[in-house]
Amino acid sequence: MLTLTHLAKTYPNGTQALGGINLTVAAGEIVAVIGGSGCGKSTMLRLIAGLDHPTAGSVKVDDLVIDQPHPAVGVVFQEPRLLPWLSIADNIGFGITDLPRAEREQRVSRALTRIGLADYGRHWPRELSGGQAQRVAIARALVAQPKVLLLDEPFSALDAFTRLSLQDALLSLWAAQKPTLVLVTHDVQEAVALADRIIVMQPHPGRIFLDIPVDLPRPRDRLSDDFFRRERQVLRALDGSLTVDSDPAKADADNGQTNAAAMWW
Amino acid sequence: MALTDTSDTPAEARLGPDTVPQTSQPSEASSGWAKSWQSLAIAVSLPVLIALFWEAAVALGWIEGRLMPPPSRILGTLYDLAVNDQLWVHISVTLGRVAAGFGLGVLAGTVLGALAGYSGLARKLLDPTLQGLRAVPSIAWVPLFILWFGIFEESKIALIAVGVFFPVYLGVMAAIASVDRKIVEVGRVFRLSPAAMVRRILLPAILPSYVIALRSGLGLGWMFVVAAELMGASEGLGYLLYDGQQLGKPDQIIAAILTFAVIGKLTDSLIVLVTRPLLAWQDGFVRQ
Repeated sequence: MLTLTHLAKTYPNGTQALGGINLTVAAGEIVAVIGGSGCGKSTMLRLIAGLDHPTAGSVKVDDLVIDQPHPAVGVVFQEPRLLPWLSIADNIGFGITDLPRAEREQRVSRALTRIGLADYGRHWPRELSGGQAQRVAIARALVAQPKVLLLDEPFSALDAFTRLSLQDALLSLWAAQKPTLVLVTHDVQEAVALADRIIVMQPHPGRIFLDIPVDLPRPRDRLSDDFFRRERQVLRALDGSLTVDSDPAKADADNGQTNAAAMWW
Repeated sequence: MALTDTSDTPAEARLGPDTVPQTSQPSEASSGWAKSWQSLAIAVSLPVLIALFWEAAVALGWIEGRLMPPPSRILGTLYDLAVNDQLWVHISVTLGRVAAGFGLGVLAGTVLGALAGYSGLARKLLDPTLQGLRAVPSIAWVPLFILWFGIFEESKIALIAVGVFFPVYLGVMAAIASVDRKIVEVGRVFRLSPAAMVRRILLPAILPSYVIALRSGLGLGWMFVVAAELMGASEGLGYLLYDGQQLGKPDQIIAAILTFAVIGKLTDSLIVLVTRPLLAWQDGFVRQ
């Protein structure tokens, strides 16, 4: 279980990026975090990863306080960030060099098969397409078997078609290990397709605006009416989150009115 | 426009599943060889033409062969120097000086460059002074080095080391300062110790620039060994130049120049050859 308690971050220049967040994510749950720019999504992710220190509050994975990078928390960045001088297999095994060789090789080859790159272990990162490289990055984070996997807009740099295939790949990788996923995204459809819960955030300072459960059965049909209804609900919430002094209750009410700004989103 | 999933079209699908990645494929390799022979032939044709013209011009009496020795006489001089072992002595002496100066220059350049690249304080402390010293034309050090180190080996090696130092220092400093912060963060996520961070992230990341720095350093090393040996030496390729001038033997001067060119190119290729396996991951390295 991932627990954020009064988590706040103020940068030395006085910018209050995150204003005291409380959030509990159950083990194995998939949470999408969505919100306009400057709402503290990435800051929150960096704090959970232990890459930055909070000004106040704490991050816990089960009973473990995270204040620096920890094996229990894996990270996938927006760019694959593969090490160009290592083969694909060595990139995937980069974080588990302390394991016995046999164990390491077994995990790496299993991961290569799962991401559909079984024959590419000895290739260089430069030989991969953007989508393949991002799969390798996800595999690199997952072979260390973290309890929580953080993804910071992992598919935003990919074309629409590749993005869909990677979303499905992520779901099947997740199903094999069931880590807790926290996915920061700009893409409402992606959030509805993947998440059990969608956290809508609000800027100045970054805080949680709405927590929307997505109880659609998996696999989800992106073209179903239920799916569209969720998408609309999230769009409306997003729209509300950008209005100053907005009232979550109003934004949450699915009153069927078409909102001009929601269409713009 | 058709939607094609590029993510599943491997960039190197034409390679077999277990082949080690390489930029040129087997089928291209043979035509690649033919191409490189062709470009070699084109490259060589100009000097060969000049040599033939030169030879003919001297034979026909258009130019005087005494100051403009024809290629045949230069080759004869090279041959004579080679058979009585003199050439090898001169080459090995010069090579030894370059090696010693290069070693010292690389060592100092690497250590100080790493310090200045890694720590902002060290950079603020070292860099202005070193940049100031770099502005001094290196030959200007010669009189001082001769006073300090004498006229024998030490002053020559010191001069070469100064020449090698600056490109290596600058190259290492720039390379470290420009290591991608995002890649370093990957190391942080996987909790690398400072030593592991250097070994697994920083060193491989700076290696390509380091090789370039070493090659420019070596180039300057060859430049400065000539300067050092012209100042006064009894052996070495630079001495052959000086001796040729003093005794009016232009063929010997040109023979020494040619030897410099060949040895310089060989040592540069040696660096490339030794580091090539370490840089195989680089885009386009093989194609270079």
